[in-house]
Amino acid sequence: MTASLDLAESLGLTADEHERIVATLGREPTKAEIAMYAAMWSEHCSYKSSKIYLKTLPTEGPRVVMGPGENAGVVDIGDGLVAVFKIESHNHPSLVEPVQGAATGVGGIVRDIVSTGARPIAILDPLRFGALDEWRNRWLLGGVVAGISQYGNSIGIPTVGGEVQFDPCYRGNPLVNVLCLGIGRADRVIRARAERVGAVALLFGNKTGRDGIGGVSVLASRPFDSEAEAKRPSVQVGDPFAEKIAIEACLELAERGLLIGLQDLGGAGLCCATSETASRAALGMEVDLDQVPLREDDMEPFEILTSESQERMLAIVAPEDVAEAVAVCARWGVTAVAVGKVTEGDLVVNRRGEVVARAPARSLADEGPTYHRPARRPEWLDELRARDPLALPAPDDLGAALLDLLASPNICSKRWVFEQYDSLVQHGTLAGPGGDAAVLRVPGTGRALALSTDGNARYCLLDPRLGAAHAVAEAARNVACSGARPVSVTNCLNFGNPEDPGVMWQFAEAVAGMGEACRALATPVTGGNVSFYNQTEGENIHPTPVIGMLGVIEDASRALGIAWGAGRAVALLGETRAELGGSEWAWATHGFAGGAPPSLDLEAESRLVDLLASLAERELIESAHDCSQGGLGVTLAECAIASGIGAILDPATDLAPHAWLFSESATRAVVTCAPERLDDVLRTARAAGVPAAALGETGGAALEIRGVLRIETAALARAFEGALPAMLGA
Amino acid sequence: MARYDGRVKIGVVQFPGSNDERDAVWAIERLGGSAELLWHGDRDLRGADAVILPGGFSYGDYLRCGAIARFAPVMAEVEEFARSGGPVLGICNGFQVLCEAGLLPGALARNGGLKFICRPQPIRVENPSTVFTRRTARGRVLTIPIKHGEGRYITDRATLATMEARGQVVFRYCTPSGEVSAAGNPNGSLDGIAGVCNEAGNVLGMMPHPEHAVDPAVGAGSADGALVLGSLIESLAGARA
Repeated sequence: MTASLDLAESLGLTADEHERIVATLGREPTKAEIAMYAAMWSEHCSYKSSKIYLKTLPTEGPRVVMGPGENAGVVDIGDGLVAVFKIESHNHPSLVEPVQGAATGVGGIVRDIVSTGARPIAILDPLRFGALDEWRNRWLLGGVVAGISQYGNSIGIPTVGGEVQFDPCYRGNPLVNVLCLGIGRADRVIRARAERVGAVALLFGNKTGRDGIGGVSVLASRPFDSEAEAKRPSVQVGDPFAEKIAIEACLELAERGLLIGLQDLGGAGLCCATSETASRAALGMEVDLDQVPLREDDMEPFEILTSESQERMLAIVAPEDVAEAVAVCARWGVTAVAVGKVTEGDLVVNRRGEVVARAPARSLADEGPTYHRPARRPEWLDELRARDPLALPAPDDLGAALLDLLASPNICSKRWVFEQYDSLVQHGTLAGPGGDAAVLRVPGTGRALALSTDGNARYCLLDPRLGAAHAVAEAARNVACSGARPVSVTNCLNFGNPEDPGVMWQFAEAVAGMGEACRALATPVTGGNVSFYNQTEGENIHPTPVIGMLGVIEDASRALGIAWGAGRAVALLGETRAELGGSEWAWATHGFAGGAPPSLDLEAESRLVDLLASLAERELIESAHDCSQGGLGVTLAECAIASGIGAILDPATDLAPHAWLFSESATRAVVTCAPERLDDVLRTARAAGVPAAALGETGGAALEIRGVLRIETAALARAFEGALPAMLGA
Repeated sequence: MARYDGRVKIGVVQFPGSNDERDAVWAIERLGGSAELLWHGDRDLRGADAVILPGGFSYGDYLRCGAIARFAPVMAEVEEFARSGGPVLGICNGFQVLCEAGLLPGALARNGGLKFICRPQPIRVENPSTVFTRRTARGRVLTIPIKHGEGRYITDRATLATMEARGQVVFRYCTPSGEVSAAGNPNGSLDGIAGVCNEAGNVLGMMPHPEHAVDPAVGAGSADGALVLGSLIESLAGARA
């Protein structure tokens, strides 16, 4: 074995991949080149196991300005403005070092949004942890939340939503996904391209140090074992103040029209930013590492190239604009130096007067390997699917069962988490954490944007195709419940080890289901992130695709919340079937994860989503809340808790009471309206092809479902709000 | 620079790391005043009738909060303005800066619960006769959001007694019904203190964010912050008339 191959393999490249590099270069690669290829061809950067599937997703639509392949998805929202959004994972770093792992996850996605010239206006964090009865999971939760809080709050972007879910499958592998939304001008969207020969590559922000080397290859693209702690030096350390001033500098550079291209330095650092910007423009770049401001002078070329030190940006600037760009950065206290020049040749890297790497930029950024990995339906699935949730014993006391469910880890209030986040800065938060979707005013317009993140991993375990479709449908429904029309999707696909055929099958199925749902709901995918190797000690996580759905509300004053008023008529839209497979009730009460997830008719979902948005636009309804985890019982309880107002309702069903209360049948929502408008609402729903029924009326201090349960709203709130602090001993 | 059009003009200082400066400008404009940002590096208040030091994490707050911001060039002007009787309002990080600059007594320490807290918070007006509270009344409960990790007000007992005697305690955290108690105190502040002024009453520091409570459609769902900022605008307009 050659020394070159030895090094390549230690950095995660295979012998075949090494051979491919030799063929590309026509010679043995240098040490720096091996490190560059190892980083760029890592699963994390190259999507080598996933791209054949991702290609099948719908990515085009009338509103899509920029789709996958750029720093973030860009969607037209009218008035000459665009919404820019993307979700990313920072799972492995957060296991190794939860505070910094989560903090730098926030920092990274925020820079992606800023790279398009947009001002970030919101952050959402879908999080997954193991069960809270283990101290380590409580520690991880506390650390991750502290990291998001410290970083997000310091940079002045409101954290307005997300989810927190628990399952033993995340015990050795928590998920930390972060979505960021920005607003920019349609005529000034910046691309991550080095478009002009002779243009200068300006590196600005923090200095480059030895932190995060191997982040994409060592941390993100391999399964974990008990040596995880030893990988701590591969986790980057965040400096939110450096990020804040870099953001302001970027936005001023964009505002002044000084940018040809802009890209953040994230995974694979300078190597990725230079090769990707050059490759997208089908050009090359001459890079001088001697100009890079270093924390330690003796850093080797490969370290400078692949360092993942945070808060750094690479701007492509016309030579005549360099002085002004450097001055803008200086005013914000940000150091900017020219480190390269765009050329027509290869990516050429110099250090101390010597060429340390020379390779075609596209061979690094775009010509990495593609794998068709074996995929096979796991045999254990049959046994899980054969379990019958309707055979589970029905509860004797449905009121007590509902209170238990409200206090269960996945359903209970996450106030302990979201009160640690600044959800108010930028004065645009029309609906913050705790509702169906976050709703944000679009500054300077009458519009608002709605955002929701959703993903039910238990459904995906039982049926990854259907489960992923559910994630899209639920996210669309959530957005529609706030009065918005869903417009597009970003996704974070968290899966186990792709070298396991069972995992690869889950992935293929999930992407197929997601594509079907996105097509049916006319919500194209504008970007996202794949996180494989979520496997620790041989245990894969459940397949966990998380969907971020963006919706537009044309008139912000018509946005809806989940809280209902007193004396309002309550109606249920959609049909309730006895569907307890994969349900939260079955899991929380019986530890049961089996059967088939609820069925999903995407056409019906599309009708419901349209109906909700038009009922809101016509001001026929005053509140809306979707039915999902925990079923109708939890939906009604949450409406009562949010408003402090009870209701008297009639079930009018042939189902067993517990099935009616806890079934997770999809495509349903609870809406309220003025009593005199009830007929109009029901008629409109039926005309739209959506089943609708009156449930009763709001008012009083208790939620009463005749013949089923009666609970004071204060008692519902105590169960719901008290549970998480109690579990954390806080 | 905003054109001078006869409205009262409030300067909002922008330090590197300020986060709520645009919110303050927006709130002042919404309430009928005019507002402009003042750059931390300029020794110039640009003729402002009053100055707001906004929330955020000035210079990252890696040292004690506000400890570096007080040395910013603009602060020399703010101090002179304050000592000559000009109204200065420090909100959250701005309150911390005013304490560090010695314009207000006491200091702000880490929250008792050691966590950042963001929530709507009832506060009780203790002194309605400052330029910042003239539209309120003693004992009135306002709901204004807090969002801070280091907002626990501390000072020594003797100073507190003097402040009490001089009416320098302007706001206290309370329960929704107006009771100052442990249950209504989110961060362990001494005697539930949420806002204090200097002896002359022209410099106020408060941890709650009035600029985030001027539009009930957003955030905390309250417009009580408009009473604080509106008092300031009204006072300035009155002083000029």
